[in-house]
Amino acid sequence: MTAPSDKPNTGGVPVPVTPAGASSGAPAEYPPSSPAGRGMFGIQGTGDVSGFGGLVRPRKPVEGSPRPYGGYFDDVRDALEEAYPEFDEAIEKVVVDRGELTLHVRPERIAEVCQVMRDDLALRFELCSSVSGVDYLGADERRLHVVYQLTSMTYRRRVRLEAAVSVEDPHLPSVTGIYPTADWQERETYDMFGIVFDGHPNLTRILMPDDWEGHPQRKDYPLGGVPVEYKGAEIPPPDRRRSYQ
Amino acid sequence: MTTSNYATERETDEGKVFTVTGGDWDSVVSGTDPINDERIVVNMGPQHPSTHGVLRLILELEGETVREARSVIGYLHTGIEKNLEYRNWVQGSTFVTRMDYLSPLFNETAYALAVEKLLGITDDITERATTIRVLMMELNRISSHLVWVATTAMELGAVNMMLYGFREREYILEIFELVTGLRMNHVYVRPGGVAQDVPDDAVVKIRKFLQVMPKRLKEYENLLSGQPIWIERTKNVAVLDVTGCVALGVTGPVLRSAGLAWDLRKTMPYCGYETYEFDVPTHTDGDVWGRYLVRLAEIRESLKLVEQALDRLGKPGPVMVADKKIAWPAQLAIGVDGMGNSLEHVAKIMGQSMESLIHHFKLVTEGFRVPPGQVYAAVESPRGELGVHAVSDGGTRPYRVHYREPSFVNLQALPAMAEGGLIADVIAGGASLDPVMGGCDR
Repeated sequence: MTAPSDKPNTGGVPVPVTPAGASSGAPAEYPPSSPAGRGMFGIQGTGDVSGFGGLVRPRKPVEGSPRPYGGYFDDVRDALEEAYPEFDEAIEKVVVDRGELTLHVRPERIAEVCQVMRDDLALRFELCSSVSGVDYLGADERRLHVVYQLTSMTYRRRVRLEAAVSVEDPHLPSVTGIYPTADWQERETYDMFGIVFDGHPNLTRILMPDDWEGHPQRKDYPLGGVPVEYKGAEIPPPDRRRSYQ
Repeated sequence: MTTSNYATERETDEGKVFTVTGGDWDSVVSGTDPINDERIVVNMGPQHPSTHGVLRLILELEGETVREARSVIGYLHTGIEKNLEYRNWVQGSTFVTRMDYLSPLFNETAYALAVEKLLGITDDITERATTIRVLMMELNRISSHLVWVATTAMELGAVNMMLYGFREREYILEIFELVTGLRMNHVYVRPGGVAQDVPDDAVVKIRKFLQVMPKRLKEYENLLSGQPIWIERTKNVAVLDVTGCVALGVTGPVLRSAGLAWDLRKTMPYCGYETYEFDVPTHTDGDVWGRYLVRLAEIRESLKLVEQALDRLGKPGPVMVADKKIAWPAQLAIGVDGMGNSLEHVAKIMGQSMESLIHHFKLVTEGFRVPPGQVYAAVESPRGELGVHAVSDGGTRPYRVHYREPSFVNLQALPAMAEGGLIADVIAGGASLDPVMGGCDR
């Protein structure tokens, strides 16, 4: 016969106890309630033991670059300003970074700008290399950015156009009328980010199944996955492993 | 004789539907009413021996003529771009190499170039690393084109060409295995350089390959170029001119077969291609035949490039950037079970230097940080412009990586090539685009 205990019977499983003096809320101060299913190394919370767990990385907004930009970038801007009188209204900012030129375009103007970029003799961006999206969740109110990589085969130049829309109103004109190659790429961007390209001939999902719900490349869409047992240890899915801020 | 199981027919709202499993067109033809059913819709794929992987084509036929063609993709979508966002920058190489499985070294190099541009270390990449990248990419181009010749010839009826093409490709895969430790999914080209130096016996093997390959190319030409069936099935088939190519974004051999000598290695050089001597083969007809000639000629040009790169390898040097905060800490070595950390390195970090161990651990688990910003880096893959749009938020993981996959973009041209032609030419036209569905769907 054992001595009576006031502890509840937990079947031998250790019960989490708040350590004396615990106050900072750091994950290490709270031992896991159960050794299994708590992420790699049985850690709760972020699992970061480096001390930088609470670090919030500030994101500086992208700022326009001052002139002169150098290289052919000035020529491109001048040519566009000359060919497109509404330049000041349509172009939000011009950024030069790492030897690449990015024109941030108001979303409703993107098709007009592309038209000028393609047709003007001094610009001649005949090829639309790529259309894709980026979700700047938390960094930008208009968090969904559409990125167009234009290539001028005549002048051997590249320019990036970027148009930002919000999740509430994710609409911008399609450029398929100007660059037919944007057809599938816009469909992919719609599929992955839920950005709606008005005037696209057939804006349906392309990579995901037709009845899929949600837009997987958005940052608030989880990666998913299941824990995997390997040699007796349980490896959590990638999005629940330890990460570094 | 029992009734046949195939070509069972059933009535639906949209008309009569046949389930066809092969060799049973007679029952379809006898089951349709030629007066009232002028057009039949044929679903081809996604599992079909002639569609180059899991590509599904929906063809609206009028007799044997294709009136409308639509391609359906996504059957091999694996979410690589999303997965990249949950791994550190170096681990990204492991994913991207699995996209286009016929040209893994191009996927890796494009990714490495993008990450290096983001880090601002493009100029710090050692000459030897760049030369090895060129060497490996050109060998990869040859192997990819060989698979193209092999599979396309097979799809058009020349089965022996398939065997020869894969035989020579096997030789290149052996070279890859010698250099990288793996036949595919190499993760050999990494941000900062390459995983390890080219071993001496690989150089010997490549030299031998350079001697053998021109003769083999001659054999292919003897086999195909004068072959009446091959000519009939490729000449003036699936024509797409330069305007059509540029509008639809088609690059690579298909664009060059139409007459525009647009090759990023020449027009927007990277990896020091401007210092090599080679030509950009073109053709003017813009048909399957032209694409065949261009690809064979490109194999010859790649052989030239491989030879030049090999000659430059005579000078020893490092194959990783000097910056220890970026360079992969481990010296790699090929053991009996493939490539892994070298035993000396393991002995050092486990037995001698605590600091080395910490450094190794930090760099391998946490990885390096990449300053915020975005770049676009493009290479000329065997299929056309392979572009990487990489965005960093300043962390240790890619914020977003998008691949501008030539297979994906080029496939859009299929309806333009197929509509109005014969159904048999859909196979030739689709094959001539050389789509690799692993790259297309990512």
